[in-house]
Amino acid sequence: MLAKRIIPCLDVNAGRVVKGINFLELRDAGDPVEVARRYDEQGADEITFLDITASSDERDIILHIVEQVANQVFIPLTVGGGVRTVADVRRLLNAGADKVSMNSAALSNPDLVAEASGKVGNQCIVVAIDAKRSADDSRWEVFSHGGRKNTGLDAVEWAKRVASLGAGEILLTSMDRDGTKSGFDLALTRAIADAVSIPVIASGGVGSLAHLADGVQQGRADAVLAASIFHYGEHTVREAKEFMRARGIEVRL
Amino acid sequence: MKVLVVDYGMGNLRSVAKAVERVAPHAQVVVSDQAQALRDADRVIIPGQGAMHDCMREFMARGLHDALLKVAAEKPFLGICVGMQMLFDHSEEGDTPGLGILPGRVRRFPADMFDAAGVPLKVPHMGWNEVLPVKPHPLWQGIAEQGTAGERFYFVHSYYCDPADQAAVAARTVYGLPFTCAVAQANIAAIQFHPEKSAAAGLRLLANFIDWQP
Repeated sequence: MLAKRIIPCLDVNAGRVVKGINFLELRDAGDPVEVARRYDEQGADEITFLDITASSDERDIILHIVEQVANQVFIPLTVGGGVRTVADVRRLLNAGADKVSMNSAALSNPDLVAEASGKVGNQCIVVAIDAKRSADDSRWEVFSHGGRKNTGLDAVEWAKRVASLGAGEILLTSMDRDGTKSGFDLALTRAIADAVSIPVIASGGVGSLAHLADGVQQGRADAVLAASIFHYGEHTVREAKEFMRARGIEVRL
Repeated sequence: MKVLVVDYGMGNLRSVAKAVERVAPHAQVVVSDQAQALRDADRVIIPGQGAMHDCMREFMARGLHDALLKVAAEKPFLGICVGMQMLFDHSEEGDTPGLGILPGRVRRFPADMFDAAGVPLKVPHMGWNEVLPVKPHPLWQGIAEQGTAGERFYFVHSYYCDPADQAAVAARTVYGLPFTCAVAQANIAAIQFHPEKSAAAGLRLLANFIDWQP
C-alpha cells in the first residue's frame, strides 16, 4: 500500500534554514545541507525547501543549495519560493529539484501552471496555496506574496482550478495555524483533499505527533509537512512515523 | 566501466548520474545525447520524466532509435519511469507509439480507484509504495526476496505498463489495481519507480545493476 508521506520543510533565507511564526519573526535553524542530511537519515520521505529570500540578488543561492543537497541526499526534493517563469522551473529541476512549487506567480498568471506542467510534466509542478479563514468564517481565502495580499479567491475553487490546469500536487498551508503549534486546519485540509483528484500536502500548525496523524486521518491529506517540531529536536521523523503507524497509518519505516 | 545516462532533454538526469557515481565510484558515468555514446558504453540507463509524447519526440529527434535497439539487444540496459514506458508498443498518454522493444501497452490509472477505507485514490500515484518481486532477478539482490513484504521505492506517475508477455514481469505494485512495476528480459531491465530517489534501497538496486552480468 502507498505510504503517507512525512515531509520536513526547510524555509531558507539567504542560505540558512529559518523558522517564522505566522510568516514573521525568523529564527535560525541551521545549514540547509546538514539539516537535509539529518532528515534523510531519520527516514524523511521527501524534503521541501521554501526560498523565502526577499532579495533577488540572493535568489541564486538556492540553486547551489539544491545542487549540494541533491549530490548527497537521494530522496525527492521540492523547491519553492520566487518561481515566476518556466525558465525558473527548469533551472531548479536542472540543479537537482524533483518538484517545483509555485504560489504568487500561479495566482497572477494561472497559465504558468499549464505551461510549466506541459513542458516538464505535471508530476514536477506543485502549487502552494496559503489560505486563511474569511472574516465571516464562511470560507477560506487565498493569499499571495508570502501571505501579505488577500486575493479574495476561494481556496477550494482555486485548488480545483490549478488541478485542472495541470498541477501534480497541492501544498496547502493554513495561515491561521502556521507557527501556532495548535494543529492543522483539518476542515480546510479535508475540504481541499476531497475537492481534487491530485495529492494534497497539509501544512501549517503542527505542534505534536498527533497533529500529523490527524492531518491524514481527519484531513485526508496524502502527505504532512512540518518544520519546527523537527528543527528543534522535539521529535525525529522516525518518531513521527512510529506514532503514525501505531495509529494505523501506512508509513515507510 | 562506462555507464551512459542517456540525455534526451527530459527528466532529472543529474540525480540519476549522481546516484550511479555514488554506488560505482570507479565507473565512468557519462551523460550524453549522442548515438556514438550509446555504442561506446558498457551499460546504458534511460531515465525519463514528463509526458510520453515529448519524451519520444526528443528521443527520436536525436537519432537515438537505431543505437538504442542495438543496445537493447546486447548490453545491460536499465529503463526508469518513462524510460520503461517507452520500451512498449504504445502509450495512452497522448496516443503515442513507443519503441516496441517489449510487447504491451501503457495505460492510465482509472479515475475511480479507492483504498480499503473507500477513500478515492489520487493520481499521480506519488510516494513510497511496496515493490513485490514475482521472479528472482539479480536486481533484487539484498533488497526484497520473493514472497516477502516488498521494499518501498519512490513512485511518481499517472500511467503504468501492461506487458503482453507475463514472463517479462519482474515485480508488481498495488495501487488501486496490481500493476507491473518492473520488467526483466535477457539484458533488459526496466522499472517504473525512481531508484535515484529511493534512498538506500534505490542505491542498492543501482549497485545491483552495475554488478549485473546478464
